[in-house]
Amino acid sequence: MSESDKLPSGRTRIESLEMRGITKRFPGVLASDHVDFDVRSGEVHALLGENGAGKSTLMKILYGLYHPDEGEILINGKAVRISSPTDSINLGIGMIHQHFMLVQTLTVAENVALGLPSSRGLLTDLDRVSKRIVELADIYGLRIDPSAYIWQLSVGQQQRVEIIKALYRGAALLILDEPTAVLTPQEVDELFVIMKQMVKDGHGLVFISHKLHEVVEISHRVSVLRDGRMIGTRPTSEVTKQDLANWMVGREVGFIPDRGQAQRGEPRLQVKNVFCGSDRGTPGLRGVSLEVCSGEILGIAGVSGNGQRELAETIAGLRKVTGGQVLLEGQDVTNLPPAELTERMLSYIPEERMRDGMIKEFTVAENMVLREHHKAPYSRYGFLNLGEISRHSDELIKRFRVKTPSRDTRAKNLSGGNIQKIVLAREIFRTPRVIIAAQPTRGLDIGATEYVREQLLEQRRKGTAVLLISEDLDEILALSDRIAVLYEGQVMDIVNREDATPEKLGLLMAGVHPERQAG
Amino acid sequence: MISDLFSVTVLIGILASGIRLSTPYLYAAIGETFGQKSGVLNLGVEGQMLLGAFAAFYVAMTTGSLWLGLLTAMVVGALMGLAMAYVTVNLHAQQGISGIGFYLFGLGMSDLLFQKLLGTVETVQGFPKIYIPVLSDIPGFGEIFFSQNILVYGAYLLVPLAWFVLNKTTLGLKIRAVGENPDAADSLGVSVARTRYFTIILGGILSGVAGASMSIALLNVFQQNMTSGLGFIAVALVYFGAWRPIGVLGGALLFSLINSLQLWIQVLSVPIPSDLAVMMPYVVTILVLVATVSKVRAPSALSKPFERGD
Repeated sequence: MSESDKLPSGRTRIESLEMRGITKRFPGVLASDHVDFDVRSGEVHALLGENGAGKSTLMKILYGLYHPDEGEILINGKAVRISSPTDSINLGIGMIHQHFMLVQTLTVAENVALGLPSSRGLLTDLDRVSKRIVELADIYGLRIDPSAYIWQLSVGQQQRVEIIKALYRGAALLILDEPTAVLTPQEVDELFVIMKQMVKDGHGLVFISHKLHEVVEISHRVSVLRDGRMIGTRPTSEVTKQDLANWMVGREVGFIPDRGQAQRGEPRLQVKNVFCGSDRGTPGLRGVSLEVCSGEILGIAGVSGNGQRELAETIAGLRKVTGGQVLLEGQDVTNLPPAELTERMLSYIPEERMRDGMIKEFTVAENMVLREHHKAPYSRYGFLNLGEISRHSDELIKRFRVKTPSRDTRAKNLSGGNIQKIVLAREIFRTPRVIIAAQPTRGLDIGATEYVREQLLEQRRKGTAVLLISEDLDEILALSDRIAVLYEGQVMDIVNREDATPEKLGLLMAGVHPERQAG
Repeated sequence: MISDLFSVTVLIGILASGIRLSTPYLYAAIGETFGQKSGVLNLGVEGQMLLGAFAAFYVAMTTGSLWLGLLTAMVVGALMGLAMAYVTVNLHAQQGISGIGFYLFGLGMSDLLFQKLLGTVETVQGFPKIYIPVLSDIPGFGEIFFSQNILVYGAYLLVPLAWFVLNKTTLGLKIRAVGENPDAADSLGVSVARTRYFTIILGGILSGVAGASMSIALLNVFQQNMTSGLGFIAVALVYFGAWRPIGVLGGALLFSLINSLQLWIQVLSVPIPSDLAVMMPYVVTILVLVATVSKVRAPSALSKPFERGD
């Protein structure tokens, strides 16, 4: 075996990995339909597809979490059996899950050591593990303190721990499941530097994403999945973003929605020097002031956990304001209950749509009237007017193109995109004065995302004031008229659409104010 | 008289019996700590203790061997644990409800066996006091700490041992990981099922010992429902102790000392209504839990069934 077969971590390369004719059926669904997929040493192979297209299923099969009904997996030309994560780890396959598989209350070293045999038998050997972590971190340029607790680390650092965990286990091939979804633009850049280095060293990487510009930037080849079938594999240099988007959705998609014209009017929502707590008992907002006008979308950018949730909840009456004022159309509504805010035509599209946006066990029709069920025409003298509710929900299902077997289907049986359409229909139909939209497209596929964005722009054209909270910078940039950046519960700055660039916002999101720093 | 309570002899008596009475709390609560650390809430401790207490007593009485009695209690506890583990791990039961089921089973079964096999309250000669040479001669101190039966010493050795296993071994790391984020542990090839089976069965064994410590070391009788809620207090002690063996020890001592004080109050006929005195440990349980629970964080996966999914 020549020296070049080895990776810097000391493990042998996986020259090629092939998945052939992989088929996986779930009750009622063909999640993967004779899919072929392969990765080679020294390349980033991007795997694209909408939610439910079968990306996760395919990768879970490769990682041993699911067992395929048909098909085979070959490593360096030889068929292998992968029946559990332990098998795939032993074969040199590592997976960086979208939701980090880290134990928050343990240290970096403990997380890395978990599940591995110890050099001291029954006793842990964390000191030795730590030493090896530092070695690996040096080789791959991943700065990390082995004795830090996971909860003390930023999201970007936690991701590095995940990568180290895989490398420590000798991963030659890494599956990265939507690794950029939770990162700031700067952190994405850092991740890409690490990925490029790994590829140069001979690792093979599978990069799952639905952010097309990232796929184009980092990958050598790209494969598109749709409805469980492989649409095709191409060298990335030969395709455009538009091609990829069309393949994913199966039709022409409007890439950046047409913002159209809107008349900015009087201030509808004013937040004045607002303070509030957070769930962790630490301050959530620390003196936030902003204003949203009629016919305007104000985007709130920021890394997750910098006060976005608290901002949405204080305005929606779900979290106590401990200082400052919230004004709705000039009237003080600070700490008014949600019912009162509903009366004043405030609509709220919550971040956790499954938890806060609807009742999973209720039917589509019941969820459609949740906000106004106690009022005419949906009820009278305390009795529900079921006929009117049915008529109303049928109309909304049609108008908002909700894909549901019937209005009596339980909400929990619908896909994320259709659930969001129900929330949207309920919140928008009543022609609100102000809409708070928190992460309105998170987790939705391209088709549903496109639809939600169009609806928000439509509201803006109609003169509604829209507060858009999103961790997706592209979304913020595409929709907002002005952009406020939250950092540690404070507004770093509010910039106009024309002056906003991803770089500038990225710095603000990281708590760096370019002008103030220069001055 | 109240003043009697403050004589040195009585004080030593209160402390010595406090240490002794903490034994069942310690075994049961340390066992429960392992379970909860791995994400399993076992509310059936009380039932496991009752069956363990009966098994130990009956076998010790009929064979004359205390050790055989203790061993039987451990086996009975292990079997109860095994059943609990199956229901919890394989059938994904709601742990709060299934635990109460196991408690009621233990309560009823121990009573039935008592009626069928014994009929009347009898006594056995329990584990004798072991006087540790030299140390037990220290005035006061020796009587409190070094003149106890073997199960008391065992309970106090269990505390550092449990700490060591949880914090310094690969097994402990697995237990903590499984209770905090079973998905993460699973993705690294740690068997969530096997880990939880282990902790639940261990908890059953220790609950069996806790029961035995009452029936063949402390009280040396078996009566219907003789644990009278002690197993539930043991569950509360785990919260009180913030899922740390040393914290559990502190809690166990607090409650057993209050219990001991309460017993001496009755013995010395101090003019406090005995009903009030008997209530003391329970009232303190509630107060202490209210004061402490909100400050510490339970294992994230506590009482959540684990299913591999997406």
